[in-house]
Amino acid sequence: MTSPPSTKSSHEPSIAEVYRVLRTIREFEERVHEEFPKGEIPGAVHLYAGQEAVAAGVCAQLRPDDYIASTHRGHGHAIAKGCDITAMMLELYGKAGGLCGGKGGSMHIADFDRGMLGANGVAAGGVPLALGAALSAKVRGSGQVAVAFVGDGGVNQGAFAESLTLAAVWRLPVVFVVEDNGYAQATGTAFHLGGMDVAARATAQGIPARVVDGYDVFAVRAAAADAVRRARDGHGPALLECRAQRFFGHMEGWDQQAYRGAGEVDRIRAEHDCIQLFLDRVTAEQQLDAAQIAAIDASVRQDVERAVAAARSAPDPDVDSLLTDVYVNY
Amino acid sequence: MARQLTYLKAVGEALEQEMRRDPRVLVFGEDNIGGTGCEGRLGNAWGPTQGLHEKFPDQVLDTPITEAAFVGAAVGAAATGLRPVTDLLFIDFAGVCFDQILNQAAKLRYMVGGKASVPLVLRAMWGTGLRRGAQHSQALHSVFTHIPGLKVVAPASAADAKGLMIAAIRDDDPVVFFEHKMLYFVPGEVPEEPYEIPLGQARVVRPGDDCTVVAVGRMVQYALTAAEELANSGLSCEVIDPRTLSPLDEDTILGSVERTGHLVVVDESNPRCGFAADIAALAADRVFGSLRGPVRTVTAPHAPPPFSPVLENAYTPSVEQIVSAVRSTRREPALASDSAAHR
Ligand SMILES: Cc1ncc(C[n+]2csc(CCOP(=O)(O)OP(=O)(O)O)c2C)c(N)n1
Repeated sequence: MTSPPSTKSSHEPSIAEVYRVLRTIREFEERVHEEFPKGEIPGAVHLYAGQEAVAAGVCAQLRPDDYIASTHRGHGHAIAKGCDITAMMLELYGKAGGLCGGKGGSMHIADFDRGMLGANGVAAGGVPLALGAALSAKVRGSGQVAVAFVGDGGVNQGAFAESLTLAAVWRLPVVFVVEDNGYAQATGTAFHLGGMDVAARATAQGIPARVVDGYDVFAVRAAAADAVRRARDGHGPALLECRAQRFFGHMEGWDQQAYRGAGEVDRIRAEHDCIQLFLDRVTAEQQLDAAQIAAIDASVRQDVERAVAAARSAPDPDVDSLLTDVYVNY
Repeated sequence: MARQLTYLKAVGEALEQEMRRDPRVLVFGEDNIGGTGCEGRLGNAWGPTQGLHEKFPDQVLDTPITEAAFVGAAVGAAATGLRPVTDLLFIDFAGVCFDQILNQAAKLRYMVGGKASVPLVLRAMWGTGLRRGAQHSQALHSVFTHIPGLKVVAPASAADAKGLMIAAIRDDDPVVFFEHKMLYFVPGEVPEEPYEIPLGQARVVRPGDDCTVVAVGRMVQYALTAAEELANSGLSCEVIDPRTLSPLDEDTILGSVERTGHLVVVDESNPRCGFAADIAALAADRVFGSLRGPVRTVTAPHAPPPFSPVLENAYTPSVEQIVSAVRSTRREPALASDSAAHR
């Protein structure tokens, strides 16, 4: 159970901790997928299952006080950044005690105490926010870094293009993490990216960029280590383009995924399950044994079970909260 | 029985009939075909454009998530001979392309001294009800109504959705077309042949004598339910659906107020500088002498739409609020059954 100490900074999680994050995201998402049809989870829920290695690998390189700005598909980012899964589940159910008091829901989940600046209902809406957090870190001289997660569809927004420009010009400590899962709703990247790497857009602006196997948490982690170190050392932005497809439809409850090829999802689950790939490697390298894995699995299952039970029985928000938080004061 | 169609299908039928009539009508937006660039089945459109690409392969286009570009392109295409119908999905996303709507579409004709017109339709879903939170549930029609150069349409029924869409496509000005998401699957009687409902013509949905109730979109049904309830206690409401907020059929609204002497405006948008306040001001300005009680507005509060169902329900104007607003403009005491007080 050793990894080379030279690459490990003080806050870098152990292999067991990385596994715990991967498993927690998967369990959380599979469970939400199971609970959603029961009708107690309101609104729009976009699941991250299949893409866990990206959030887990990137966030493994972040300090607790670093920032992330997320997307509508934000549960994985929130979990990897250390958000409490019970408070997250309460938020998904729209309950009092949820991370945002029931005002945000899945699509707006946020936890500023963990540097999680929020999921976002607007494609690429969070990208400039990450720039701002990076600017704030730079001005304060705090050594913090900000990560902007954005989907392959979101990168076609003006806000993303403008953010590349501004981040480069201001040399901001920001890392763009493009999550190419092959689709924007039912539109394929073959159409909307035209077969071009997003990384090329960044390099054209002088921002170092890499295409990364998003199913391989070790590859993501190594690429993130470089990008985050660069940013922290004052050398400006970098971009990682991570490729990993989602298991579920765009959104729970209404997407039959008929736009995906026959057997595509089964094949991805069988051959490109980032958790299975991770386990194959760490067990072969004897970094984790079966008992450790089973213990983590059991404890994660319990955590998620507890979160769902708590969310289902929690009270609704007080209706008076409708008019709070509009302004700091009125 | 006459043919029934949902609101969503009625919009789709209008698009289909207009594309057939006029090859210059082009329909585009994200997943308006659906499945473009994918291995699987093409035609996974989500909304009224479902199936249309098969009939009109050259007139239906998918777009990347590029609202600023494709709404702007619609302005340019409209000014040079096409009649684009673009899809924002949610009106909230106007945020990322507001310049193209506010400074380009709305201004072009005026700025060039009438040398060009911008016959485009910008479709968008609006309103609360789907528990989508603050960035997918807003009622922004007041914002667009405020801007000269834009026409603003918000149908409340399937039949109106079809007739107004056809009129909007044939209109030579830019029209922002508000489709209430909670009406999408509500069926109604819809004539099969193409027809236009002129922009700027309100509909008296229910005639009455004691109070005029103006309501928009989903609120029209709420107002009707309230009117039904009030009729039981002897109060007769005239419910008016303006249908187009800009241009506004002032005559129908003011004429009604002159007869009833009382006015309640029901609207989902926020109260400050909103549609309800605007109609109230219009009445105060123009028919003050006819008013025999205070004008009441029933709106969402001055807050963003919340996610949690209990909060969203409290946010959205309710039938109870409409009932008590009508009673209070008539200076009648609220009944114990009028549970929620007027905010
Ligand atoms: C500006 C804007 N336009 C459209 C949408 C509607 N929408 C929500 S998610 C989505 C697809 C996003 O695709 P991508 O960025 O690749 O993320 P993924 O869903 O694949 O994780 C779209 C079009 C939106 N939220 N914001």
